[in-house]
Amino acid sequence: MTNPATTPQPATTGRSLLRMQGIVKHFPGVRALDGVDLEVLPGEVHCVLGQNGAGKSTLIKVLSGAHQPDDGTITWEGEPVRLPHPQSAMDLGIATIYQELDLVDGLSVAENIFLGHEPRTAGFVRRHAMRRAAADLLARLGHPEVDPATEVGRLSAAGKQIVSMARALSHDAKLIIMDEPSAVLDQQEVQRLFGVIGDLAASGVAVVYISHRLEEIRQIGDRVTVLKDGRTVAAGLSAADTPTSEVIRLMTGRTIAHAFPERPTGRPAGGPVLSVRGLARPGEFADVSFDVHAGEIVGLAGLVGSGRSEILETIFGARKAAAGTVTVNGVELRPGSIAAAVSAGLGLCPEERKSQALVLDDAIFRNVTMASLGTFAKAGFLDRAAERSAAEERLVDLDVRPAGVDRLVRTLSGGNQQKVVLARWLLRECKVLLLDEPTRGVDVGARAQLYELIRELADAGLAVVLVSSEITEVIGLSDRVLVVSNGRVLTDTPASEITEHDVLGMVMEGEVA
Amino acid sequence: MTGSGAGTAEGVRVDRPESGSGRWPVLLSGATGRNLGLVLALLLLCAVGAITAGDRFVDFGNVMTVLRLASVIGVVSVGMTFVIAGGGIDLSVGAIVALASVWATTLATQRIATDYGWVVVVTTALAVGAACGLINGLLIAYGRIAPFIVTLAMLAGARGLAEMIAGKKTQIVTVPGFVDFFSGRVLGIPVLVIIFAAVAVGGWILLNRTTFGRRTLAVGGNVEAARLAGIKVQRHTTMLYVLLGLACGLAAIMLLARTTAGTSTHGQLYELDAIAAVVIGGTLLSGGRGTIVGTVLGVLIFTTLTNVFTLNDLDTSTQAVAKGVIIVVAVLLQQRFARRSDSPPHPARAGGAGGAAGSSGT
Repeated sequence: MTNPATTPQPATTGRSLLRMQGIVKHFPGVRALDGVDLEVLPGEVHCVLGQNGAGKSTLIKVLSGAHQPDDGTITWEGEPVRLPHPQSAMDLGIATIYQELDLVDGLSVAENIFLGHEPRTAGFVRRHAMRRAAADLLARLGHPEVDPATEVGRLSAAGKQIVSMARALSHDAKLIIMDEPSAVLDQQEVQRLFGVIGDLAASGVAVVYISHRLEEIRQIGDRVTVLKDGRTVAAGLSAADTPTSEVIRLMTGRTIAHAFPERPTGRPAGGPVLSVRGLARPGEFADVSFDVHAGEIVGLAGLVGSGRSEILETIFGARKAAAGTVTVNGVELRPGSIAAAVSAGLGLCPEERKSQALVLDDAIFRNVTMASLGTFAKAGFLDRAAERSAAEERLVDLDVRPAGVDRLVRTLSGGNQQKVVLARWLLRECKVLLLDEPTRGVDVGARAQLYELIRELADAGLAVVLVSSEITEVIGLSDRVLVVSNGRVLTDTPASEITEHDVLGMVMEGEVA
Repeated sequence: MTGSGAGTAEGVRVDRPESGSGRWPVLLSGATGRNLGLVLALLLLCAVGAITAGDRFVDFGNVMTVLRLASVIGVVSVGMTFVIAGGGIDLSVGAIVALASVWATTLATQRIATDYGWVVVVTTALAVGAACGLINGLLIAYGRIAPFIVTLAMLAGARGLAEMIAGKKTQIVTVPGFVDFFSGRVLGIPVLVIIFAAVAVGGWILLNRTTFGRRTLAVGGNVEAARLAGIKVQRHTTMLYVLLGLACGLAAIMLLARTTAGTSTHGQLYELDAIAAVVIGGTLLSGGRGTIVGTVLGVLIFTTLTNVFTLNDLDTSTQAVAKGVIIVVAVLLQQRFARRSDSPPHPARAGGAGGAAGSSGT
């Protein structure tokens, strides 16, 4: 199953299964894909590498028919094709297995595999035939022990992935796209998954495999395509023979559309505001210790699933620490208590802004004052004038646009919604800001503004902890960088002494499956 | 990765609070508009009543009868507004009313009440209501069981307990002064109506002017956001059910005064009447928006409907059908308005809801 192609292969080989050329996809304010080429041969495992924001997800969506490209051609088995909707991709034999698996927990394995195309006679599902066919597919995937009658909700993440793959096979898929399948699996499960992928490839099914983990790619990949800034920068590299440093070189050096604000030169004065010691949660992260001083931004860099968001939520008390302590200005917080964290001066801007931070259909000012209602109340009665003007003041400070505290939060853009969440904690006069992916869903122009703002807040004396999938963002904005991999902190270094290349090397090599 | 989230560019947004939809829809789309619609519906019903039943309908005594009938279910509905606005539901209100009415009129309770005054009856009913609410709240907030399930269990359990205590008998209120006080009138207005008015005003203030009300809407609007903003969601949820339990206790007292007896069959189908009144009033069944004015109007609409039907000698079955139709029509109309105000003209996705942004009550 190895393909000895070591040099980029721009031209068609004539027997390619899929060829995408010059794919362009715009979103308002972003050019997500800017000329992507991808060629997949029958029966190969083709890895797509690229940093966060390089365009991998958009590429998958174009390939699965979820997004329509603005330009470029797609050729399938030598014929030019269009994929106007997901069904048309499925009809051709392209199946996508998403990170969030699209299975129905309450149905059985067999019912999930054949959902929508059950074998039937006169409207009645042929249950036995369906079970038998499901068992055959599972056996073909090397997992005959999965009982087709089991309810899917009772399976592990690995089991669910197998069911998704069986479903893809039931559609006679010739190409299966897997988006970071190993992120939710443990090492043993990953090895079994690789066995399955190997068998699939041997039987002629091609796999497009998205992952950040170089070790995995070396183990199962045949060829690699590298994306950067929405472009293909290298195609058809040999997965086994291309040196790591070369791969990382190709992935790094992304064009950065914005400058990061300058770091202050002096060392932070005084003791730490936030002290984390030996923090642990089994299965998520272990032995996390670090300090943050006033005026300092500490960044946590790591892959999805590395434990970085879990660390932040545990510091905030949204998850209960199994071991270790969190101390704010010398006061140890009660584990698992958000109220304790908030009154000690912590504020969290969570990863999923819309579902975790905002009441979208409520007025902006009510979203801002949500965490500090007590300060506007006498005997439980709200002083609404004071409440509004206080909220207004913060929003003007943060330059939230359009102005108007009575608007629904839903009508604001991503960047301005993020500012509303920031305003909430500034109003609470927090001492430590925990920012989880503060620029997710924020377009390029607004990002620079948010960066400035975060630095200004630090300069004003806040201690900031920043989590981001974008390595350049963590390095560019932070004073110190902690690299997190598999729930462990690998290094704690000044941001000026570490490069994107170093971090990427650490997180990609660190996660040996 | 860049693509999916980067919906709209900052620069594209335009501030046009009202230009998207004309002035009239804006007026109709907000809380004021919803209540105006309900007032119109109520007036329409009154007109039907006046035309079909004439003097028997347009009569001070009859109006007071309607209000007296509305007051018991009204108190429950105000409590229900809080629970629903806070993202919950309570199916057990009728059963709690029955249990409280029975418990407050047992021989033992009445004997003590005869010695210490009818306030014992009142306290017992309130305590029983609050206790049932507390059990509901604790199981929902800390036991993490769905409100539907917990209160369904309470519906069965509380009514069963009421039957056990009363032995399926009717317990006449004999405590001196109780019925006299609650069935009396102040300045010609029945005490029950005054209690309902007080509860409605109190509820409005609690929902719109206090931290408690604001937290209720925050918890109902996005429970995770409320939790991560440091609001004690579990404690607050529990308090919402206790509040409704108290309202049920009060409703039981009022029912005792009106019927002069406690029985395990009191409060049948109150859960449906209360939920219907709350929902046609404009409170979101999914939580995050609540309106006491709407709830009161909803209660009045249903009670007036019953009155008009009774005066015209129409049977209760026709009444039930009419109720069903009203619920569906009211909610359909609200969704129309809601869609018009929440989804402004597409490409710009600007403003539109500017004038009607208030999601709290009225």
